[in-house]
Amino acid sequence: MLSLYVPGTSPVHRAPAGLKLAVLAALGVALFLTGRLEWVAAALVFVLAAGLLVARLPARVLTSQVRPLWIWLVALFGFHLLATDPMTGLVAVLRLLTLVIAAAVVTATTRVTALVAAIEWLASPLRVFGVRPARIGLVIAMTLRFIPLVADRAARIREAQAARGADRVRVVLVVPLLVQVLRMATTVGEALDARGAGDVPARRIRGTV
Amino acid sequence: MRWGRRAEAAASAATLSRTTIDLADVSHSYGDRPVLTNVSVTLTERRVGVIGGNGSGKSTFARLLNGLVLPSAGTVTVDGLDTRTQGREVRRRVGFVFQDPDAQIVHPTVEEDLAFGPHNQGLPADEIARRVDEVLVRYGLAGHRDHPAHLLSGGQKQLLAIAGVLVMHPQRIVFDEPTTLLDLTNTRRVSRVIDELEQDVVVVTHHLDSLGGFDRVLVFEDGRVVADGSPGETVPWYVARMS
Repeated sequence: MLSLYVPGTSPVHRAPAGLKLAVLAALGVALFLTGRLEWVAAALVFVLAAGLLVARLPARVLTSQVRPLWIWLVALFGFHLLATDPMTGLVAVLRLLTLVIAAAVVTATTRVTALVAAIEWLASPLRVFGVRPARIGLVIAMTLRFIPLVADRAARIREAQAARGADRVRVVLVVPLLVQVLRMATTVGEALDARGAGDVPARRIRGTV
Repeated sequence: MRWGRRAEAAASAATLSRTTIDLADVSHSYGDRPVLTNVSVTLTERRVGVIGGNGSGKSTFARLLNGLVLPSAGTVTVDGLDTRTQGREVRRRVGFVFQDPDAQIVHPTVEEDLAFGPHNQGLPADEIARRVDEVLVRYGLAGHRDHPAHLLSGGQKQLLAIAGVLVMHPQRIVFDEPTTLLDLTNTRRVSRVIDELEQDVVVVTHHLDSLGGFDRVLVFEDGRVVADGSPGETVPWYVARMS
């Protein structure tokens, strides 16, 4: 999600973000409604075809999302071997695998802006309660932007502490990180002002990059 | 080469409307700590440099110019617009580039971040796309269009921060130590970009050698302007005072 977008012009790339999110949600519901192996396997084939053949995503984009999951998939199958039966375990594993790959296809073919715009659209009924959907979208986009930045700052503090003899991660990491993040937040607030963040009423221009 | 580009930029600047920033008896304090005291200057020059030691009030002065900081006393106006009451209009005329580009880039990818300012200005989508394409090419970022911003180099991030301001078409741009965090190559690169700008600029800097072609330099000390003149007059005076 943070840096998964793979540029392209395929039909999957061009499909509206809202449609892709809706298909993802529908797929999730459908996979949990069926317990038949052939349907789950067909869904996996469909998702792989959409990602690899239609969207022409590199296989590593999908495998990189699945790799951290292997241990959980094995554990899930092992649990079912003990608690239920191998067939149920296989369905559960394929179900989870299909959903993760489908989510990876959506994020790899959809710009963050488009996803945020879809979320803003979903949040638009909240206007009646005084909520500004554009603010929700900005918060999501900024969260995605600043997660790696905060992680980087934390790594630098850990290095600085290690350079001065701290040999393991300590709670003291939290205080300097918090100070740095709060200081940066002040500047980010100024930058938002300088770039006119509060200048227009909440709305999003359709087709914005 | 550098002077030739400057001359081209100066010629282009003649077509841009110029800005006048007026500070009248401005003081500013953070709590009980005064950081600027009775500063009165009028900026009409195309290229203004601001120098001074750490804590001398330079950054606060820079932030006053586009209303990011409001004066505790006195008034700041841009083309007659008061930053206290017409901040939105002032910030459309005066852009601001921060020392740390990481704090200025608010969207995950390059193209999305560039579109942020024009979107806030309420521009139509095709105009936003045109402007974004223009600055992507101009600053050599076209190949990084969909790149995550956090994976750019320091120099590229600062170029993105500058491009993110330029895409809003301000008349004057204030730079707060834009090269402090950069290596020599990127310092030269960003300095060259600033040299070539068509807009009026105010540059807060510690790199005195970059001020050669400026029209005016202000020297700050203890929250006051202690020297004001051409680089040829002020920079040697400042160096002697610091020695």
